[in-house]
Amino acid sequence: MAVLCAVAFVVLVSGCGTEDSGRAASRDEAVSEVSATSVETQSVRLSGKLTVTGSSTVAPLAAEIAKRFETEYPEVRIDVQTGGSSRGIADALSGVADLGMASRAMKTDEEGQGLIGHRLAVDGVSIIVNSENSIDGLTKQQVVQLFTGEITNWSDLGGSDAEVVVVNKAEGRATLEVFLNHFELKNEQIQADVVVGDNQHGIKTVAWNPLAIGYVSIGAAQSEADLGTPIRLVPVDGVEPTAANVASGRFEVTRPLLIVSKGEPVGLAAAFLEYAMSPTVHDLIKAQGFETVAQ
Amino acid sequence: MKPSRSNSWSDPDRRLELALRAAASVSGCVVLLIVLFVLWQALPALRDIGLPRFVADADWRPTSDTQPQFGMLPMLAGSGLVTLGAVLLATPLAVFSAVLVEFYVPRSVAWLLRRLLELLNGVPSVVFGFWGLVVVVPLINAWQPPGQSLLAGVLVLSLMLIPTIALSAAVALRDDAGDLARSAAALGLDRGAVVWSLAVPRASRGIGGGVLLGAARAVGETMAVVIVCGNIVQVPASLFDPVRTITANIAMEMSYATAGHRSVLFATGLLLILVTGFLVAASRLLSRRGARA
Repeated sequence: MAVLCAVAFVVLVSGCGTEDSGRAASRDEAVSEVSATSVETQSVRLSGKLTVTGSSTVAPLAAEIAKRFETEYPEVRIDVQTGGSSRGIADALSGVADLGMASRAMKTDEEGQGLIGHRLAVDGVSIIVNSENSIDGLTKQQVVQLFTGEITNWSDLGGSDAEVVVVNKAEGRATLEVFLNHFELKNEQIQADVVVGDNQHGIKTVAWNPLAIGYVSIGAAQSEADLGTPIRLVPVDGVEPTAANVASGRFEVTRPLLIVSKGEPVGLAAAFLEYAMSPTVHDLIKAQGFETVAQ
Repeated sequence: MKPSRSNSWSDPDRRLELALRAAASVSGCVVLLIVLFVLWQALPALRDIGLPRFVADADWRPTSDTQPQFGMLPMLAGSGLVTLGAVLLATPLAVFSAVLVEFYVPRSVAWLLRRLLELLNGVPSVVFGFWGLVVVVPLINAWQPPGQSLLAGVLVLSLMLIPTIALSAAVALRDDAGDLARSAAALGLDRGAVVWSLAVPRASRGIGGGVLLGAARAVGETMAVVIVCGNIVQVPASLFDPVRTITANIAMEMSYATAGHRSVLFATGLLLILVTGFLVAASRLLSRRGARA
């Protein structure tokens, strides 16, 4: 019986687990700050532990940057935890994490509470369909009609006579907010057939369903498509969803990837932030399919 | 006869007993602490929103700024229907496999089948989920889009329940009805009569216990249903409609939830604990009575 209960509630426990470990880390924070500030005066020798939590889109990039940072400063340990943008912002605000990660712009009330968003990179959100789908472009209007259930058959758009399967994101996901904002929709208006969690869940769902249409991070979608996953990124209003178009600003469905700090960071957090914002990591940003930002 | 009690630390038996007691209380306490933690986290939701709204609200919009809604009936229906469908589908298959293993095949084949069932029991649920997404969902999708549906959940989940139910049914058939079946066979009754008129009815309580245990597993199953059920919050009108179960809802929203929303999710978790606990207790009760009868 104990085993069964444990199985059923492993989700709950893991939910609390992140928070608890985060709390434990915040106790370390004081220690790390002291050691970091004291070494700053002696220059270069950084040590201590840093906890970074938040967006599942930013986390893989932050983990790569952290790995490189750790090789340069072997006495530093950086713990990157995934938990979504909202958690990243909440953790940075409460001090549970030293730095947060968010894959959406800061809201004014969040900035009002003293949070600062540092733009690490830019990501686009692209419409994706299965590669069997013959549609090679959509207008903004058509996207709205597809997602609100006005168009329910691909033949209305010149495709094959088959139902449209609308794949939407779960509540609270940053991609959902970016998508809704750009297409001026409310979540209640969307007539979804499937709701998915993270980018991978969305990509797998579209890859295995020839009728599906969804939207995910360009970085994630492009790297999957390059690996041969049967999905296609669909241009909207003639603008190709590419990193280059994101960089030039032609592709408008974008979001900043942020490192969030409460006030100006100090000590180890400041050193890591400066490193993450420097051109040294631009190759890592490109490798994840994101665009760099001019500082 | 009770083992003699000595308080001396030099008595190895006494030391072993203390160690066992400590280990048992740790695992007991962990379960208790989990329940208490979930209850504590769920309290704000139970106090501020209240049970009636969980049932009365028409929609599930926990993060709406203007008018948050916390209707859980669609997800209760989702969990209930997926579980019911899977149990209904898995039970006959599992009971037939158990009868086959216990009465119809030579011992070596029975051994092999039992190991296979145990192996099936050990397959991680994410593997079942992914298999469902790439095999079951496309098949249903070709017939009735979107494919990710109540039916897909029922099919995948029933496969996961077969070993759970079959293994406990086999134990019930062997322990509760084994002697009876052997005596009857010795009296010259043919195998069909022994199995279906004597052994299966005699073991029915034990088999029922296994079915409830399977239902408890189905209610708590998360990963596979998240992947294949589509996760739309609605009371399904047909087998082809997508549904969201309570576990899927917790898995999808917990890491993104803050404050009130989080507390509501814990309240749904508490409900799951109660349902699973009830099913497991009922299963125990049935099996024990069966053994005594």
